[in-house]
Amino acid sequence: MDMKNINLEDKEREFQAKIDADIRIEPNDWMPDSYRKTLIRQISQHAHSEIVGMLPEGNWVTRAPNLRRKAVLLAKVQDEAGHGLYLYSAVETLGADREDTIDDLHSGKAKYSSIFNYPTLTWADMGTVGWLVDGAAIMNQVPLCRCSYGPYARAMVRVCKEESFHQRQGFEIIAGLANGTPEQKELAQDSLNRWWWPALMMFGPSDENSKHTAQSIKWKIKRETNDELRQKFVDVTVPQAEMIGLVIPDKDLKWNEEKQGYDYGEINWDEFMNVIQGNGPCNKQRVDARRNAKENGMWVREAATAYAEKRQAKKAS
Amino acid sequence: MSTKEWPLWEVFIRSKQGLSHKHVGSLRAPDAEMAISNARDVYTRRSEGVSIWVVESKLVSASDPKEANEFFEPSDTKIYRHPTFYDVPDGISHM
Repeated sequence: MDMKNINLEDKEREFQAKIDADIRIEPNDWMPDSYRKTLIRQISQHAHSEIVGMLPEGNWVTRAPNLRRKAVLLAKVQDEAGHGLYLYSAVETLGADREDTIDDLHSGKAKYSSIFNYPTLTWADMGTVGWLVDGAAIMNQVPLCRCSYGPYARAMVRVCKEESFHQRQGFEIIAGLANGTPEQKELAQDSLNRWWWPALMMFGPSDENSKHTAQSIKWKIKRETNDELRQKFVDVTVPQAEMIGLVIPDKDLKWNEEKQGYDYGEINWDEFMNVIQGNGPCNKQRVDARRNAKENGMWVREAATAYAEKRQAKKAS
Repeated sequence: MSTKEWPLWEVFIRSKQGLSHKHVGSLRAPDAEMAISNARDVYTRRSEGVSIWVVESKLVSASDPKEANEFFEPSDTKIYRHPTFYDVPDGISHM
């Protein structure tokens, strides 16, 4: 073995020892290429999810039922943009190029959360998205606040503080409908029926089929497995649904006294894979909207650059 | 079409009078003024700040993490700089 390889093995051992001792990794620290690549992939896809996540909700901004709901929805959508920006900022600390990662989204090379490929058909979906989708996101993101990579963990702390408003505003909408007229309650139930299973899929493939989980846990990028997080989500959400008189659309759902958690039915993984591969109801629409925003918004960037240059020149003269 | 990238800016926020500015993240903007107004929207949507600094990331000089041990070693070996190094007899107070 040559010196270079011995050196690399030492570095990797030292790196893992830091991780094991819960010492955070910071941008200029040495890290294995595969750790860097994994983080670039995960953080950029997380950022894309926040940005694409604005679209299903933006769909209802002009049709919110009153001014309060509209102001709240706008604030929430603006937060999602902010979350995307914290994350693009974190991904740049790894030496990735922000525009390249965005172009990867537009070319279909990079993925984003499968949930945003489902349509928001009714106002009740604004409730369900906040309640379930943001609820599942919080479940995923809370452990990421302790992620081994400092900038990602710090971004997650900010995001989690803001998400809890998102979940509560969603629950307020859905609880309002569930306690309303029979038609409103029907709207709420229909929405839950459509979003429940896609929300469970947000946690990703089951542990036995998750190719990245073991390594990510060893590196403390992830702290809990997909199935562990999914179980937690089911356990906290079922009683919330019961409280407002809605029925979880799963005939196999039942309390398991022994494990002190709910057993739930089989997830349709074919549907999940199909959506991930680009064949969900809204995949094309979502990516087209993002591409359109970049291409047709480019003049704004150019104008801002031209204005900055002009002012710079004026100052210099 | 100009695809020239906007420079990266590091953002520092004073959360209230009496505290120092603290690094919160970065963003891209064409100049300092736009960086400050973007920073307000990105990093202070919930009254997190009363003052913002931005500095172009390329202007930041940093110590080398590879040399951190050697670089900070001089202070590690001077435990007599800490008050706990000294024995104070029982019964002595206000010290």
